[in-house]
Amino acid sequence: MANEVTLLDFWPSPFGMRVRIALAEKGIQYEYKDEDLRNKSPLLLQMNPVHKKIPVLIHNGKPVCESLIAVQYIDEFWNNKSPLLPSDPYQRAQARFWADYADKKIYDAGRRSWTTKGEEQEAAKKDFIECLKLLEQQLGDKPYFGGDNLGYVDVAIVPFYSWFEAYEKFGNFNIEAECPKFIAWAKRCLQKESVAKSLPDQHKVYDFVLQMRKKLGVE
Amino acid sequence: MDEVKLLGCWVSPFAHRVIWALKLKGVKYEYIQEDLSNKSELLLRSNPVYKKVPVLLHGDKAICESAVILEYIEEVWPHNPLFPKDAYERALSRFWISFAADKGNAFHSFIVSTEENREKSKTELVEVLKIVEDQALKDQEFFGGDNIGVVDIIFGNIPHWFEAMEESVGVKVVEPNTLPRLHAWVQRFKQNPVIKHNLPPYEDLVLFVKGFRQSLISKTPNASA
Repeated sequence: MANEVTLLDFWPSPFGMRVRIALAEKGIQYEYKDEDLRNKSPLLLQMNPVHKKIPVLIHNGKPVCESLIAVQYIDEFWNNKSPLLPSDPYQRAQARFWADYADKKIYDAGRRSWTTKGEEQEAAKKDFIECLKLLEQQLGDKPYFGGDNLGYVDVAIVPFYSWFEAYEKFGNFNIEAECPKFIAWAKRCLQKESVAKSLPDQHKVYDFVLQMRKKLGVE
Repeated sequence: MDEVKLLGCWVSPFAHRVIWALKLKGVKYEYIQEDLSNKSELLLRSNPVYKKVPVLLHGDKAICESAVILEYIEEVWPHNPLFPKDAYERALSRFWISFAADKGNAFHSFIVSTEENREKSKTELVEVLKIVEDQALKDQEFFGGDNIGVVDIIFGNIPHWFEAMEESVGVKVVEPNTLPRLHAWVQRFKQNPVIKHNLPPYEDLVLFVKGFRQSLISKTPNASA
């Protein structure tokens, strides 16, 4: 049966980027559909009726919702090349743990760093840096979280890098000064074609966040 | 064979998810009760990031976060499977695991609800549970189909724990006329011999929840008992 793959996405979404990277790593041909989140398509509402969110991976008509679930699904179904999760159960547990940590911490702290002001913003920046420092420790001397090659945790975290210019400008802090190892890791990932073609330019994301802030009334 | 230990707390539904998975697979383990107001060195060392239970210790390895632990258990002890074999079905199970984690707020709002906002909180919760009933449980005996699966385990705090919350708040949410299939599943789930013999004592749980509710209410702005 021919594999028909469609990705419902929104170009600045770090969650969408995860799925793009996974599909690229596996060399899967797919149709990319950018959604207007203020005017969601009938297809999106039909494929993700519970959350009505992107990304949604549609494989032969069946939807897989939630980015990390889609990445795991891609890894399991297309298991003939570029494995993203390790084969050892304990290492898989570690990978799942750290991807989940990134979900719980990076997105939230990052978001607070550009949507809040004053004390709240300072707290968000502190949380954000602490989170990256913990991840730097996890990385250790490895080139990637996945070891010698890009793995599940790399795919889960690197998309947030495309938002760093926005975080830095609006949060007024220098991430590279605090977490040089993290930045070096992100740049290393960007040398991979799958990552380079899945992440938008940081400046484009910055412009997008600028517009969002105006709409949200954050000055 | 490496030793298996579980750091848990008698009241924690998350720790019970792991207990049920281990027991359903017949895995022998040592249970270590933690006093969460005085966390052990072992817990702090094994879960430095969150310092929470449950933590599964397998030999010298520590696995944290109940959802991660359940996947680990399935992979190390694949007999009596709790996850579906098919990749797509597995993705669906993971969707509901994620959904349950996402909806914690609705349960929280309910537990701190007062006379004024009780009905609204109940309505919101019923909406969430209707989704679970219609789209996850459907017309099956269990979320896992004919037998208990990982999604049953994930929603396993609805029986017993949520019943204790309903009693504390003074309002029934899971009722046979509004959520008939979920209500029937609750009774069925509790009857399973593994589940039945691995639940915290109900009266103690109610007392705990009542106390917990009071402490949350006193911390919540604009809330009153």
